[in-house]
This record gives sequence, structure tokens and C-alpha cells, in this order.
Amino acid sequence: MKFDTTFWMKLSQIDRRWIFLVIAITVALPMVLGIDFTAVPAPMVEKVFQTIQRLPAGSKVLISYDYGPSTVPENQPMADALVFHLLSKDCKVYMMAVWATGERQSQYTIDHIVKPSFPNKEYGVDYIDLGFKAGGTGLINMLFTSVKRMYTTDRTGNDIQSFPMMSDIETLKNFDMILSISSGAPGLKEWIQFAGDRGNIPVAGGVTAVQATELFPYYPRQMFGLMAGLQGAAEYESLVIHMYPKFFQHRSALRKMAPQTVAHLAIIAFVIIGNIAYFMTRKK
Amino acid sequence: MFFLTLLLLLLLGSVGLAFFIRPLRKFFPLLLTLFTGLLLVVALFIPAQPFPKLEEEFSMWFDVIAVFSFILGGGNLLRVHLMKIQQKKRDWQYSIVTVTGFVIVLVIGLFKVGSKNWSDPYLAQGTAFKWMYDAVFVPLQATIFSLLAFFVASAAFRAFRAKTREATILLVAAFIILIGRTPVGVWLTSWLPNPLQFFHIPNLSTWILSVPNMAGQRAIMIGIALGIISTSLKMILGIERSWLGGDES
Repeated sequence: MKFDTTFWMKLSQIDRRWIFLVIAITVALPMVLGIDFTAVPAPMVEKVFQTIQRLPAGSKVLISYDYGPSTVPENQPMADALVFHLLSKDCKVYMMAVWATGERQSQYTIDHIVKPSFPNKEYGVDYIDLGFKAGGTGLINMLFTSVKRMYTTDRTGNDIQSFPMMSDIETLKNFDMILSISSGAPGLKEWIQFAGDRGNIPVAGGVTAVQATELFPYYPRQMFGLMAGLQGAAEYESLVIHMYPKFFQHRSALRKMAPQTVAHLAIIAFVIIGNIAYFMTRKK
Repeated sequence: MFFLTLLLLLLLGSVGLAFFIRPLRKFFPLLLTLFTGLLLVVALFIPAQPFPKLEEEFSMWFDVIAVFSFILGGGNLLRVHLMKIQQKKRDWQYSIVTVTGFVIVLVIGLFKVGSKNWSDPYLAQGTAFKWMYDAVFVPLQATIFSLLAFFVASAAFRAFRAKTREATILLVAAFIILIGRTPVGVWLTSWLPNPLQFFHIPNLSTWILSVPNMAGQRAIMIGIALGIISTSLKMILGIERSWLGGDES
């Protein structure tokens, strides 16, 4: 086959539907074949894991679900793995949401991770879901001075005072750690600025890959660790599985790494082909 | 408590006076902004009472107001789209979908359709709202976001060209980051000996993110922070008045 200018010209003007088709196949194929990838933990992810690993039993950890359904493939595995890890360490888990859509995601963690894997853990004693409250950064600011003035009930409308694990919670300073799983603002950045920095509370979390670059400047002084995108979630999952093999059945990010890897390679191939076509047609 | 009472009296008094005296309609909001702005700045730096209490109260007020912004937002959405439908502006048919969807979800959520008990949460099992959330909202959001992969691939093919030196650097950096975010990055260069570990793709990817990217991010963040401070000061001091509406600027 002769690769003359016309060929490269045609290639550079290829109908975008062909590109869509290639991407669809590269994403679907690894999922259909059920290929599992491994992930080597990055230092930032390892730091989150090791810091939680060092927490004594009974430590109070707040986890905020600051995302919605659009970023579930990236964010949900992070939240699930964190909650599994925290409950395995017998920490007290306080779930909440700064995003209205986050409430549904914390419910997902309870239904799919907490209830099946920790049947002995009791709601209100070992874990609680405070739900969503409006206000964004204002809410975080308010929680810094009084948690119970903002949250008078839990997500299902029960009096907050009736839960034993809320008895010694007055402000955010009563938490040993704050974790935020976010995909935008308000999210992890706001938790660092309005809670972690002000109260000297250890803050970490996980964000989508596109948001990650915004968070790097806070590491390691203001944010002790970070899970960045699906890769970060997969790395954390591999650490949890290594320590608690029971979590293997719940792995989700590791499963999604194969489609992401193949899709990344396909995009790289497209860029290379596009550039070759550009230089070949420019010469003439 | 004294400050709060004073502020409340100031607020009520200004509304009353501004109602009768037209020029005061702009003076009092500016005065209130100056007073509240300075008070909050001072409250942050003085940990002694009554300032922490004041900050708590202001935060509570903010959260109460934030709830009302939902009503404002919903009302505005309805107004804009109803006007578009009435005037039959471009793509007005889509506005019918927006308004219909908005009203249906609002009614189902407010009246907890399908709920056995009025005190049940709106997302309780069996409610129509939960069904709509799971069966409509979640797949729609996921689908729209998933389309990004297709458009990114198409855009990368057409626009990501090494036309200039800067574009080539960007292209190389993007390659390293893309491969570095996958296990392929580890496989490709895992054979490198220890002295050359810096060139291991995941290490290179980390370096790009934590050195050149971080420098750029810090510069942007510092710039934004300075911008926020200067705009806030301009608003507190009454130099920036566009928020008052009308022809003030």
C-alpha cells in the first residue's frame, strides 16, 4: 500500500465516528474479557493507607462524599475502600455530604460495603450517616464551630443526640481525621482550607484525575495524602486487598483500570497518527 | 449578642429608611457590607469572645441564606425557560423538557410520592424520587460524563499537533502523564537500572506533576488569592458596586 499525501490527507480528515467506534471497542473489550490489572501504590496513596493503618481503634474519622453520579467510577471505589479500611481498623466512621448528590453515594457504601462486610457493626455506634446540608464552604465553616447546630438529625431524620457515637462530637476538632472524596468545589480543597488548616486536623482524600493537579500544592504539609483518579483508587484498593484479602470481592477500580489503560493507549495512538498525518501533508 | 442585635437593628432600620428615602437604597447596603465585612475580618484574627461567637452566628446565617438560594435558583430557572418558550427563541423545545423535568421532580420530591410514611427520607426505598434518581438521573449524568472519553479522543487526534516547540513539550508531557497513569508505564521502563530510575515513566510522570505543574498551580493559586483579597476589599470599601445591580459599577 502506497502511503502518499492523499492517504495522509484522508487520514487526517477521517470521520470522527471511526474514532468513537475505536474508543468504544477499546473500552468495552477489556470489560467483556474481565481483565484485571495490578497497581503499584504511589507514595501519596501509600501515605493515606499508612496513616489510617496507624490510627488506634475508636478513632473518629469524618468522611465527606463530595461528588455525584457522573464521577462514581472514579470516586466510589475510593470511598468504599476507605470505609472498609476504617471499619476494619475499628474506627468510628462519620459520613456526610457537602454535595446534595453525595447523600446517595454514602448510602451506596452502607448498602454494598458496610452491611455485607461488617454485619456486627452497629449504626449510630460504629458508623453514622449525617447526610447532606446546604452551604458548601459555609457549612464547613459552621461545622468548625458547632457540628450539632448544623446536624440536628442524621440522614434518616433521627435525633442526633440519640446516637452514642455523637456524644463527644461538638466541633470538627473532635475528629482525628477528615477525609473528602470529591470531584469539584466544594470538596477536598475547601476541607483543607476551612477545616484542616484552621483546626490543625489531618486531612486527606481522593479526587478525580482532572482535579488532582489543583491539590498537589497542598501535599504533604496541609494534606497528608491523596488518591488521584481511578489509578489512585486502584492503588488504594490493592493496598487494602494486600492487608485485608476479604476486600478482593469489592474491588472496583482495579477492574476499571484495564479499560482506562487501553483507552489511554488508543488516545496516544491517535495523537501519533494525527501528528504523522500532519507532518506528511505539511511537507508537500 | 450586642453586635448581632446592633446588626439586626441596623438592617431593619436601613430597610425601613430606604423604603421611604430613595437615595438611601444604595447607601445602606454599602454601609452594611462595610460593617459586616470588617467585623468578619476582625473576628478571624481575634480569638476572644464575642468574636468566635459572632463568626458562628454569621456562618449559621450564611447556611440559612444558602438554603433560600435553592428557591431563588429554581425560580430563576423556571422564569428563564418559560420566557424562552413564550418567545419561541432558538431551541425553545428543549426548554419544555427542562421545565417538565423540573416540575415533575419537584412535585415528586416535595410530596414524597410513593413513600409509606411522611417522615421517611425522600430517598427511602420505594419512593418515586429514589426511582427517578436511580433510573433517570444517575444514568443520564454517567452517560454525559462518559461522552468525554469520545470527544477527548477525537479532539486529541485533530488538534494535538507538534506545531511549535511549546506544543511539542506539551505533547511529550501529555504522553508521559497518560502512560504514567496506567500499569503500562510501569511495565515499559521497569527494566531500567537504579541510576536511571528517574526516567522510569511513573517517576517522570510524578516529577512533571510535582515540579513544573506544581509551580504553575501555585502561581495560579496565589494570583487567585490576591484577586479575591483585592475584590473583597473593593466591595467592603464600596469601590466595587456592580453587585448592587442597576448601572452602578
